[in-house]
Amino acid sequence: MHLFFSLAAVLVLLILVFIGVDVVGWRYLFGVVIPIATIISFILGMLYRVIKWARSPVPFRIPTTCGQQKSLSWIKAGNLESPHNIWGVLGRMVLEVLFFRSLFRNTKVSLKEGPRLVYGSTKWLWLGGLVFHWSFLVIFVRHFKFFAEPVPAWVMALQNLDGFFQVGLPIIYLTDIAFLAALTFLLLRRLVDPKLRYISLAADYFPLFLIIGIAVTGILMRYFTKVDIVGIKEMAMGWLNLAPVVPAGIGTLFYMHLFLVCCLFIYFPFSKLLHMAGVFFSPTRNLANTNRVKRHVNPWDYSVKVHTYEEYEDEFRDVMKAAEMPLEKE
Amino acid sequence: MYDSGKVITGIIVFLIIITFPVWYNVARGKANYVPELEYPVDTGRCVADSAYIRAYHMDLLNTWRDQVVREGIRVYRAADGRTFEMSLSNTCMNCHQSKENFCDKCHDYLSVSPYCWDCHIDPKELKR
Repeated sequence: MHLFFSLAAVLVLLILVFIGVDVVGWRYLFGVVIPIATIISFILGMLYRVIKWARSPVPFRIPTTCGQQKSLSWIKAGNLESPHNIWGVLGRMVLEVLFFRSLFRNTKVSLKEGPRLVYGSTKWLWLGGLVFHWSFLVIFVRHFKFFAEPVPAWVMALQNLDGFFQVGLPIIYLTDIAFLAALTFLLLRRLVDPKLRYISLAADYFPLFLIIGIAVTGILMRYFTKVDIVGIKEMAMGWLNLAPVVPAGIGTLFYMHLFLVCCLFIYFPFSKLLHMAGVFFSPTRNLANTNRVKRHVNPWDYSVKVHTYEEYEDEFRDVMKAAEMPLEKE
Repeated sequence: MYDSGKVITGIIVFLIIITFPVWYNVARGKANYVPELEYPVDTGRCVADSAYIRAYHMDLLNTWRDQVVREGIRVYRAADGRTFEMSLSNTCMNCHQSKENFCDKCHDYLSVSPYCWDCHIDPKELKR
């Protein structure tokens, strides 16, 4: 249900472009208005969500630890596993953001003959996720060639490295293959395992299909049918200069690619994809384990009105005395 | 807002990265550049129509390369029956004389670095 809903949603988006561009001819809408609206919506959406997060207090230190806390000088502390200062936190965050360290520890429970319960390491999700995110980053950066004139040397260097083996014409990018393979794995992973299929929602399938759609349209444009990329760069530069142009003769496939990218960026701040910003806001990762070394005061603590036992005794001294109850002060 | 120093730093870094093309183009001042090609005076002599050439010239040249180098076929028969020598330097560049003002214009604009020029020499460049 969730699966077909998401697939249908992406197909409807594609049909929308076909009708809009090919039948009605709204090239200006799809080529200028929607992309510029997307840029604005993406930036404002990200700011809105990040500031909203930053307004929530994190009163207590709740880092997840799996190493020796900083203690006596002769006990070796694990600063990455249980960070006690800013460098430990930074090191931990860098490894988390760049290499998904906590996902590397992913385990799987299985019931073996006996019956025996076995916990084993499972790295496939980590590997698939790592390949997906890194190739997406390289592909994203490669696209700077459409937004910068002259093309920066480091973008060209990255592109040449990506096409290092010079296979095919146009040269096949390694990240294109890795990206498709990782996407296929991430989709199949949700479909093959019944437990995962049960917990997968439309919010999981939709971004996957959206990104698959973007990858497939992009690959079709580069390797199979051609589009006028000189015109495409003129159009992209037009958004940045705020001097929009819609060159004639850019293929519908490009508008499909562009519209799916726009949908992804509009959807981004309001969906699970925001883990891009969220990873920096994870209190179990970004806090130092200083529960004992420092005193952390809850920011929303108000001064509680207390009624101590001394005051209580003062108030009821006569009654208590009459009932012959023991008193601390006579 | 809590930890506002760190959060605002993060937001600024994010905005700088995401707006990179804007300030890069402003700094370089070539934002309005559109490549203008130097076309040969005598049009209509090309081995195929311009729409095909524009989209598929790399495929055509690749096929030529394979046929000449691997199969020893040197004559290309165009769709309308005319024949050409399969040669980048002698056929294509006979009309499109300037690599700099023709080939490079779009290739540089889109950061395409074809390895044609690893072996082939632009005849004009040689004279200089």
